[in-house]
Amino acid sequence: MGGGIFSFRRLWAMIVKEFIQMARDRMTFAMILGIPVMQLLVFGFVINTDPRHMATAVLLADSGPHGRTLLEGLKNSTYFDFVKQVADEAEGRMLLTRGRVQFLVQIPENFSRDLLRGDRPAVLLEADASDPTATSGGISALGGILNTALLADFKGPLARLAQDPPPIEMRVHALYNPEAITQYNIVPGLMGVVLMMTLVLVTGLAITRETERGTMENLLSMPLRPIEVMVGKITPYIFVGYIQIGIILLAARFVFDVPVQGNLLLLLAASLFYIAANLAMGITFSTIAKNQLQAMQMSAFVFLPSILLSGYLFPFRGMPGWAQAVGEVLPITHFIRIARGVMLKGIGFGDLGFELWPIALFAVVVLFIGVARYRQTLD
Amino acid sequence: MEGPPVIDVQGMTKRFGGRTVVNRIAMRVCEGQVYGFLGPNGSGKTTFIRMLCGLLRADGGSGTVLGRDVIRESAAIKRQVGYMTQRFSFYGDLTIEENLDFVARVYGVPQRVDAVRASLEHLGLHDRRSQLAGELSGGWKQRLALAACLLHKPRLLLLDEPTAGVDPKARRDFWDEIHELAAQGLTFLITTHYMDEAERCDRLAYISYGDLLVDGTVDEVIDTARLTTWSVEGGDALGLAPRLRRCAGVGQVVAFGKSLHVSGADAGALEGAIAPFRTPGYEWKRVRSGLEDVFIHLMESSTDNFSR
Ligand SMILES: Nc1ncnc2c1ncn2[C@@H]1O[C@H](COP(=O)(O)OP(=O)(O)O)[C@@H](O)[C@H]1O
Ligand SMILES: [Mg+2]
Repeated sequence: MGGGIFSFRRLWAMIVKEFIQMARDRMTFAMILGIPVMQLLVFGFVINTDPRHMATAVLLADSGPHGRTLLEGLKNSTYFDFVKQVADEAEGRMLLTRGRVQFLVQIPENFSRDLLRGDRPAVLLEADASDPTATSGGISALGGILNTALLADFKGPLARLAQDPPPIEMRVHALYNPEAITQYNIVPGLMGVVLMMTLVLVTGLAITRETERGTMENLLSMPLRPIEVMVGKITPYIFVGYIQIGIILLAARFVFDVPVQGNLLLLLAASLFYIAANLAMGITFSTIAKNQLQAMQMSAFVFLPSILLSGYLFPFRGMPGWAQAVGEVLPITHFIRIARGVMLKGIGFGDLGFELWPIALFAVVVLFIGVARYRQTLD
Repeated sequence: MEGPPVIDVQGMTKRFGGRTVVNRIAMRVCEGQVYGFLGPNGSGKTTFIRMLCGLLRADGGSGTVLGRDVIRESAAIKRQVGYMTQRFSFYGDLTIEENLDFVARVYGVPQRVDAVRASLEHLGLHDRRSQLAGELSGGWKQRLALAACLLHKPRLLLLDEPTAGVDPKARRDFWDEIHELAAQGLTFLITTHYMDEAERCDRLAYISYGDLLVDGTVDEVIDTARLTTWSVEGGDALGLAPRLRRCAGVGQVVAFGKSLHVSGADAGALEGAIAPFRTPGYEWKRVRSGLEDVFIHLMESSTDNFSR
């Protein structure tokens, strides 16, 4: 009957069993499909490629006609909705800080007079760029809007103002998040986050569930090896990972119009490493945790650094050294680079290796810890 | 005639956080025997069985199970032992057939598909093979568990309270099957709380709070207890119980239907104690102590592990 350290026959027994159980577990299935769809919906609004009608406060200190023309132009552009006229800069700043408005437009005192004198008065646009996708559209459209708006006033004797250099100076202050992330950056990152969240959560419960349902005693009384149980339990979820990747890639292509520059097959192949790393992490949590709650807590413990330190939300190179060091350890950091690289820059296999081996190393080390910590008795 | 020993262990000990739950227990079970393992709840039966099949690490002890070292060769032992857990521990979200299939795959049962079908037919569950195991009634769950334990043709079966909560007819069928299998050379170690089941065992061991109090055949167990038992019937026999219990020399008073069994360790003292109750209308008889008398006696005279 063959004892041995490892048997494919016993592994296959585990895989078949886990496959059936996974397919029958509606909760898990809902999570597998629900998490990517929900995340896509939520981020879909942010990813909105051309956000308009952003709440804007106005500080109009000019008493002449041209300030008003300018405001009219801004409003007509549909990027800006004027929700409040503020009395001073402090009030405007407060609205920005509290997130009541996205923009504060300041038209200085004597704007019309200075404009006519050719002094090139400055118009200041302050933006709450903590959500850069919300402000980038307005900021980039600003120059064109201002020039066209004033063109209407520049007739007759004022026609000279319509020539170079532009008659007004435009100052943009992007507050709270100076480095903007484009919408394209989010979809590849989202793939990393969705895979991590579902795969770690689902497998994190895999072994504690056996313990809590009382089936562990039976499992342990059979001649199964730890590695067979663990690998058997995670294998079905490789398919889950690919289903999720499929959902996200389809949404990226057809809903958000994210172009895929590189080789899709390459991305799918590289994903296997990342899926394996997350599954290894989940199953290891599951062997260490005493119950499902502990497993969930451990998962939550890696989600935060993974989301914050991976370059998903904040530019990786802008982080302090220690944070970058932590980020380099996490598989998601490397996967996001791979996904962005393949989808946005079209990188090939040659550039991928540097990011693949840290993921593979992580998976092996973590699985090794899991096997070592797997309790083979009920003590 | 005894076959070769299948379980032969000595000094088996298990402690949980300093509390000794199984205390230097020795056990010898020979091939083809049906060995009953009795004792009150929490006395360490399950713990002992788990040590035999490597599910718990023993804190002390030595010996062999199926000729393999009980401490070091648990992987080899697992392959030839069928262990039926006290609590149903197959997968409720798999069907009957899928559960059997899983077990057969893990053990590498030859001609798996045929073996599973034969098992289903033997169980009488072939028509319900696609039913989820979690939906089965208690009795059917036990039968499924037994069938699953037998799939890989083990030489030793460790059954932990296999008939708890099962109706009498199903219990009788269960035991008939066990004796059939034993006749084919399979060895059984079975825990139970039922006296009728205990009486169907070739040998018994009684354990209380981790200590083995007595073992042997049913007759040997009864004899070694050196218990004297009187039975009283007629009149308001059952109504005598409270007063009898207060008498010195009376160990225990147990009702059996309309009669009362009064037992004591000291035959003379017991006879003296019951003398005032031997009035007309009551029919007193000296009877042979039953297993139940003996076990209740053992249970009451052994001290609780907590209190010492
Ligand atoms: N894993 C464990 N940790 C701590 N105590 C345990 C454990 N398993 C059993 N016990 C204790 O050991 C004692 C014997 O339990 P058990 O072997 O289940 O008895 P039985 O099967 O005879 O009813 C009980 O007091 C029980 O609470
Ligand atoms: Mg028990």
